[in-house]
Amino acid sequence: MVGEKLEGVLKPVAKGHGGVSVSHNKNTSVLEIVRMPAPEQVILPMQQHIGAPCTPVVKVGDVVSVGQLIGDSDKFVSAPIHATISGKVTAIGVAKVANGSMIPSVSIESDGEMRLFEGLETPKVNSREDFIKAVRASGLVGLGGAGFPTHVKLGFKPDSGVDTLIINAAECEPFITVDHRECIDNSWDVLSGVYTLKEILGFKKVYIAIEDNKSDAFLALKKIANDSADFDNSVELMVLKSRYPQGAEKVLIQSVTGRCVPPGKLPSDIGVVVMNVASVSFIGRYLKNGKPLVSRSLTVDGSAIADPKNVRVPIGTGISKIIDFCGGFKSEPFKVISGGPMMGMALADINVPLLKSNNAVLAFAEDSIRIKPERDCIRCGRCADVCPMNLIPTKIKNYSQLKNADQLLKAGTMVCMECGSCSYACPSGIPLVQYMRLGKAVIREAGEQK
Amino acid sequence: MSDSRKLTVSASPHVRSLDTSSGIMLDVIIALIPALVASVFIFGARTLAVTAVAVVSCVLAEYISRKVMKRENTIGDLSAVVTGILLAYNLPSTIPLWIVVFGSIVAIVVVKQMFGGIGQNFVNPALAARIILMSSFPGKMSAGAYINPIVDDITITSATPLAIIKSGNFDALPDLKEMFLGLTSGCLGEVSAAALILGGIYLVIRKVISPIIPCVYIGTVAVFMLIAFKGDFNMVSYELLGGGLMLGAIFMATDYTTSPITFKGKIIYAIGCGLITSVIRLFGSLPEGVSFSIILMNIFVPHIENLTTPKPFGTPKEPKKKDKEEVAKA
Repeated sequence: MVGEKLEGVLKPVAKGHGGVSVSHNKNTSVLEIVRMPAPEQVILPMQQHIGAPCTPVVKVGDVVSVGQLIGDSDKFVSAPIHATISGKVTAIGVAKVANGSMIPSVSIESDGEMRLFEGLETPKVNSREDFIKAVRASGLVGLGGAGFPTHVKLGFKPDSGVDTLIINAAECEPFITVDHRECIDNSWDVLSGVYTLKEILGFKKVYIAIEDNKSDAFLALKKIANDSADFDNSVELMVLKSRYPQGAEKVLIQSVTGRCVPPGKLPSDIGVVVMNVASVSFIGRYLKNGKPLVSRSLTVDGSAIADPKNVRVPIGTGISKIIDFCGGFKSEPFKVISGGPMMGMALADINVPLLKSNNAVLAFAEDSIRIKPERDCIRCGRCADVCPMNLIPTKIKNYSQLKNADQLLKAGTMVCMECGSCSYACPSGIPLVQYMRLGKAVIREAGEQK
Repeated sequence: MSDSRKLTVSASPHVRSLDTSSGIMLDVIIALIPALVASVFIFGARTLAVTAVAVVSCVLAEYISRKVMKRENTIGDLSAVVTGILLAYNLPSTIPLWIVVFGSIVAIVVVKQMFGGIGQNFVNPALAARIILMSSFPGKMSAGAYINPIVDDITITSATPLAIIKSGNFDALPDLKEMFLGLTSGCLGEVSAAALILGGIYLVIRKVISPIIPCVYIGTVAVFMLIAFKGDFNMVSYELLGGGLMLGAIFMATDYTTSPITFKGKIIYAIGCGLITSVIRLFGSLPEGVSFSIILMNIFVPHIENLTTPKPFGTPKEPKKKDKEEVAKA
């Protein structure tokens, strides 16, 4: 498919600074998303989003079914948690999650039936408010990795000047192909989600942005879009150059609209909302069947995985169980990553539950994942050349080591999105992203002291 | 859930590019080889002896000084080898070998390691050593003879082209084509523009250096010389091909440690180098000014960088002075 002529494609309007060419390794892009059978047990942390944690609304011993509300919060920036399998609540306590922190969680033991909760009904959406309420009730958070509650993102006022919606299907992280597959396997859901969002929230322009290494995903969407009657010029497909981090929010907005998000501002401040394609696809499905966010697709790949797959899994399933479903390890895993190799998190323990925001599990054998020995900076300037945020990481490294909060602020440390391009490019193997994080901590500390 | 394995945990990103510091230095060494080959033809086998002594003494000086300072051994990054070759290229073929050893120690120990090693020295080690040698041993540092391997392989005694220009005896200048190939008097590595440009192109293709500094540097000198010689392109060519301009612009001014990281900074720095080179060549008492100009601009690098640091992504443009005044009035 690659190289096929794409017609009716928009070209990006701006080219950002920097970025790196990382080998794509999209080995699983031809593998259709398969459904994993219900696990024996799920652990559902009450905080799978950015914002206030939920409080469990079930008790130990309660019988729950798929889609039943088990945790909620009265805070606005929070997303409710639903049972993802049917069975009995066996424990309410703390459980370890991927980043190592202990989070209050509800454990459910499966009865093997995957019974749907009877109270589920298709949300009635007559107004903007209804829609936001329904999205909140669905428990949806950004499925691309950030875990920001979607109803908060979409809760902007009609007169706030937000006119553009960008559907992020760039998927620039190596290895991960779930968004790619979502476009092909669930093209209808994606487009119905897109049209609903456009109608209800009144976007003037919607762009579906895909990197140029996924032309089959593009063609799948294009085909349906051409067939559907309501496809007008307000929803357009845009093919972007595949260059990491093309899918990073600020970079994407710049490529698609030419607008730049100022430091410390949100995309909505410049009239743009960016949504991950899997989130949009979920909205499309949810408005049809009313089933809350109880499962998600993820890519399981890497040199240590026996049978790489794109797999749809109930949220809360143990990551070790998901790996077992993908044939287990074919060689001793050296590193297991939750997320992509550029921004994902290395797991210390694979006995942790899958979260809503987790789009990949990658396992690598020792010989396939390079760790460069750290040497002194030779000032080659590659970190600055590749930084999409126009920073000079090696200088920020120096200021971090000196704990100079003023210089760190001036150098734009807070603008860093930790995409990892600088560390990737550094010939001296310096963990620059770590120094950026350290710099941010120094700034925060200095701010607290003031 | 009982799978307990020992897994490695480290900060993202988990993949790294294949580039390494020593790989970059190796590329620089490869890029310097054509000039070495040309030099062997032009100055004879002594070229190899001088280069070998410089490289070995630089590497030894680095090894011993790191050891004495109880620091990690860094000769594996090959930067000392590069310094050695560059120092040798800045010396005449007739140089006594003990002076080469002395120069190497100055470059590595005094200029590089005493300031913290790779990435920390504030001036180019090879150039600083050359300047110290020039002021310490002026007689031994001047070049005066070369072999013409094309025409009957005889040794020709001659002043360097820039010294000839300085003396005003323009008729004694060699043929331009021969100068491009390097058939003239001068330091080991500086004479063959053809070989140096070849190496430069290799470095640009391998993305080791950006072409900004060499192009702007050479361009600036060209513009000044064009004005000074009132549009005489022939003389401009002599100025560009003569002396250490090619070697300096391609291999010395582009030294990572002592040149600015920022794009605008590179341009300012290169213009500065070109300006000082031209001024020394036209008005100074010395025939050549490349070493001094690069060293002087090296010292300005931190300031140039601070002034040209790009604004972080999305930083709103500051309103122009006029607009500000209008706002203040309103």
